[in-house]
Amino acid sequence: MSASARKVDPARIEIRDVTKRFGSFTAVDRVTLTVEPGEFLTLLGPSGCGKTTLLRMLSGFETPTEGTIHIGSEDVTHLPPYRRNVNQVFQSYALFPHLSVHENVAFGLRMKKLERDEIDRRVAEVMQLVALQGFEQRRPHELSGGQRQRVALARAIVPEPEVLLLDEPLSALDAKLRRAMQIELKRLQRQLGLTTVFVTHDQEEALTLSDRIAVMNAGRIEQLGTASFVYHQPSTPFVADFLGEANLLQAEIVGREGEAARVRTQQGWELTIAAPENLNGAKRVVISIRPEKVLVSKQRIEAGNVFPARVAEELFQGATDRLTLQTSGGVKLTAIVANESAIREAIHEGDEVFCGLHEDDLVVVRADE
Amino acid sequence: MRPTSRSFSSRRAGLRAWLLLLPMLVWLAAFVVVPMGILLVYSFCQRDDLGRVVFVFSWENYARVFDPTYLAIFGRSVAYAAVTTVICVAAGYPVGYYIARRSEKRRNQLLLLVMIPFWTSFLVRTYAWITILKNDGLLNGMLQYTKLISAPLDIMYTPAAVIIGLVYAYLPFMILPIYSSAEKLDNALVEAAYDLGAGPVRSFAEVIVPLTWPGIAAGMLLVFVPAIGMFAITDLMGGARVPMIGNVIQNQFFQARNWPFGAALGVVFTLLFAVSYALLQRRRVWEEE
Repeated sequence: MSASARKVDPARIEIRDVTKRFGSFTAVDRVTLTVEPGEFLTLLGPSGCGKTTLLRMLSGFETPTEGTIHIGSEDVTHLPPYRRNVNQVFQSYALFPHLSVHENVAFGLRMKKLERDEIDRRVAEVMQLVALQGFEQRRPHELSGGQRQRVALARAIVPEPEVLLLDEPLSALDAKLRRAMQIELKRLQRQLGLTTVFVTHDQEEALTLSDRIAVMNAGRIEQLGTASFVYHQPSTPFVADFLGEANLLQAEIVGREGEAARVRTQQGWELTIAAPENLNGAKRVVISIRPEKVLVSKQRIEAGNVFPARVAEELFQGATDRLTLQTSGGVKLTAIVANESAIREAIHEGDEVFCGLHEDDLVVVRADE
Repeated sequence: MRPTSRSFSSRRAGLRAWLLLLPMLVWLAAFVVVPMGILLVYSFCQRDDLGRVVFVFSWENYARVFDPTYLAIFGRSVAYAAVTTVICVAAGYPVGYYIARRSEKRRNQLLLLVMIPFWTSFLVRTYAWITILKNDGLLNGMLQYTKLISAPLDIMYTPAAVIIGLVYAYLPFMILPIYSSAEKLDNALVEAAYDLGAGPVRSFAEVIVPLTWPGIAAGMLLVFVPAIGMFAITDLMGGARVPMIGNVIQNQFFQARNWPFGAALGVVFTLLFAVSYALLQRRRVWEEE
């Protein structure tokens, strides 16, 4: 199934002001979101944030309480799942246990009432695409987890949907297989140019796969942007904390110096931060610092903010070392440093070190009047 | 105990397993193997003028079983049981499936409702049906009162009454196994069928029915087999007009005092079950992961 052979073009998804309530519980709260044709968009959030409900409204298993959903030019808000040109890979794969791999993959094509020859040809193509030739006559229970995952993927893409939906499809796999499947999934999605919506609570998976990430919390989208933008410029404390790790500090603005601002943390620790424009008028802020942006050395460092600290705890993590730093002001910071032997030799629990923070690595994630 | 298990501990485990199974094996031997053996032996015997069993080998009883009179009764019994089974599947499937799709609390309440009739004697419930269906009974009374009919419907002592009685008696045995199969059905599979473009009817035919087939098959056996042999309902609700194979067998033991012939009928009857069971099991059931 080469990209040029596709008869169906990837579609744009437009979610407009969609709300979904279950009784008095609001699962999805006025979400507006556009997914571009061919884009890989991830809905990321903790369980109960509404990401699965939003996905189920795209597949048609749930109907919005308010708002509309368009796929391509069609309003699908009230269209049942079997009338939508959308296919899903289920979290449990949901392979039909009474059918062979071939019959599973052919199911969607059969429902489209295609000719038998056409079905066999397309199934053979997609089996090659997911590297499962020779497994056609097996039953799902005779396959490994990774193979089942690929059958589920093959079954979802072979009807050439306008949109591919993925509901945590990798969560049942072990870490190594998951990484391999991530790469494979991304390659397939690129090759087929499918508009893809991916639901996960795994932030690393989201960062690896997505063109854009929508971080969801309590039924709303907290932030929407490219993986690197959302990671480097989180717009709320929730996003900073959920996507990657963050040291969150509450502080008060005590002065402005052109492009920069002086802030004092609760513990009375003064820092210089790069001041974005939206800081105008703000008095109190929450600052996020990524642990890998915290510079640690026994020598004095060049950085906007340098201060002495003591290594309260050191955890060896393989490629990196994780340090808990205790500053004189009573602030605790988590730092992740590359595990170079020289540094590892140099820094141990209880050592007195210098800690450096560049001004633009201090990101304001909340500003209050 | 498999001969391959050489180690002391696994041999001990095998012995222990057999000891734990012992009560059941004794029970099966005493109440299944021995009675079946007696039945089989009697079926090849003769009887004397007083109805006592004489242990002289004979094929005569089996020859008589295949007499057209009895074959007709056999055929009728099978037909009634088949109609009963079809009605029970049609009526029981939606109920079992519906219950299985409820929340756990609701499921238990509904299952209780299905089982409540078992708290009352089966005969009492059959008599209750007679008071409903008889000419001056509840049903005719209501229909006449509402002017839907002018003369009472003749239901009692007709084949319809027998079918009503059989369906009523065996419906729970259809609902329960279907419920148990449907309860195990992963809803994601139904959603996957919808997702792949199968509408409600095709999803039902291609996914739901095949996956709940073990329950349907078990229900069909549990209804069909005892419905063939049932004699109380056919006696009470069918009158003497529609004798079934169950009535004939019962007669051989109680009125006619021809135990060997009754035993032969019983053996053929049992073989019939075995064949229908084998046919239903031939349909391949997928294996659990």
